[in-house]
Amino acid sequence: MTITDEAPNQLGYRQFRVGGFTFSRDEYFVTVEWPTGNHQMPVDHWLRCVQRDVAWGFFYGIVNFDSVIGTMNHYGTVDMFAGRFNEAYRRAEVDYNETFGHDELLDCFRAMLSDWTNEGYDPFAAPLETGSAFGPSSGNNDEAVTRRRVVAERMVGVPGDEPLRSDDSGFPVNRAFADVDQGEPEIDAAPGYEDEVCSFNLFAYLSRSDVTWNPSVVSACKESLYCPTTEEFTLPVIHGNDRVEWFVQISDEIQWDVEDRDTGAKRARVIMRAGDVAAMPADIRHTGYSPKRSMLLVWENGSPRIPEMIAKGEAPVHPVDF
Amino acid sequence: MTDYKTVFGSLEDYAKGGVHIVDDDPKYYAFSNIFEVASQAAPYEKIAVGKNLEYVLEAIRAEGTSEWRATPHDEFALVMDGTVRIELFDPTAELVDPSTGGSVTLHGEPEGNPMGTVTAQRGHMTMLPAGKAYRMHCDGVGVVLLQTIEGPDTVYRWADICQTF
Repeated sequence: MTITDEAPNQLGYRQFRVGGFTFSRDEYFVTVEWPTGNHQMPVDHWLRCVQRDVAWGFFYGIVNFDSVIGTMNHYGTVDMFAGRFNEAYRRAEVDYNETFGHDELLDCFRAMLSDWTNEGYDPFAAPLETGSAFGPSSGNNDEAVTRRRVVAERMVGVPGDEPLRSDDSGFPVNRAFADVDQGEPEIDAAPGYEDEVCSFNLFAYLSRSDVTWNPSVVSACKESLYCPTTEEFTLPVIHGNDRVEWFVQISDEIQWDVEDRDTGAKRARVIMRAGDVAAMPADIRHTGYSPKRSMLLVWENGSPRIPEMIAKGEAPVHPVDF
Repeated sequence: MTDYKTVFGSLEDYAKGGVHIVDDDPKYYAFSNIFEVASQAAPYEKIAVGKNLEYVLEAIRAEGTSEWRATPHDEFALVMDGTVRIELFDPTAELVDPSTGGSVTLHGEPEGNPMGTVTAQRGHMTMLPAGKAYRMHCDGVGVVLLQTIEGPDTVYRWADICQTF
């Protein structure tokens, strides 16, 4: 990486370079250049994508920013690509892929987020809850773009693990969840068992989330991870799966567009309402739309061995066979 | 300010979505609904609604009092409907091989120490600690979603619960 030696442009933004990729921004757009091509994206969308990629440590599999640009996680190294999962780019042989160390690309993205995010704009927030990403450089929002992702070792609320959320800890109930019951379970622990008799109101906890489209671990049964999240507007990225992933819709409704992971050909739309459960196969990519802030339980098998198991035929591409 | 209404589901009131196929097989999405599954289940039947290798999500109809179960690893019970009372028990002897997956049925009352109880309502998540025993009680009918590993009592009924066309 990195920040180029050039002075910031006339709008006050720095240019970034990692390997063969160069990134620059103006008032409205980000321009990405690589040895065989170039591409532009609106800067608000770009920042929302980069923010997720950073927060998730490149997540599971592929994070497409759009139909051209994205990253692919190899859990130690990460690919940055242009046109790799776009048939036209591949056919024209203008697709490009470069592999980086996990931290090298992460550091580049972090520096970019800090420099390109203006005061008052929060890439994690719903559009109705934040300011503008556009215009000349104006301050920063480092507090928002460096949020720590919640990763519980056993369960949120267990002594020594991730804490509950409250007004006092800076997590007020979101405007769209004002009607969510905040009552906590009744816990009657025998003396000596206070640390093991544990329960909390997950729905109230989620109602106090200050981010959107950011799965965080609230409970872990070995490598089975509950990663609930609150969703509003669109999932900015198109997530390409490298393993089967499951969704449980806790509240309201999300509609998903599902495409072939490698070609982008449309495969299905999945309409999920409260109580619905659906799997995302390991060979698709998906993006979601939530018209009202909703609660979604993303369920992951966090084993790093799964992509190799799928490649060897030891793990299924589809969730169940019946 | 907009007055938002959050829509949760229940046994009495749920509106199932679905998979709209463009060019695929709906079975690949294993689409089901927890409340629909629980509405057609026997009390405390552990019906898988999600499976990821050895890990499962089980939809459980809570009605009356369950058997005692022992779990070799942490499990997590999320109440999706109703009010469910969970008793936790610390057994004197090891009741289940800690290297196995999934909880097992105990026949009769375990010996040991009561750890306490949790009375959980919709949205409340309770840890069922590794090496301990538990049972559930619901005066009416409730629904629990259990995060666990497949075990001897996990029920697979995919063809009955999932969208197939």
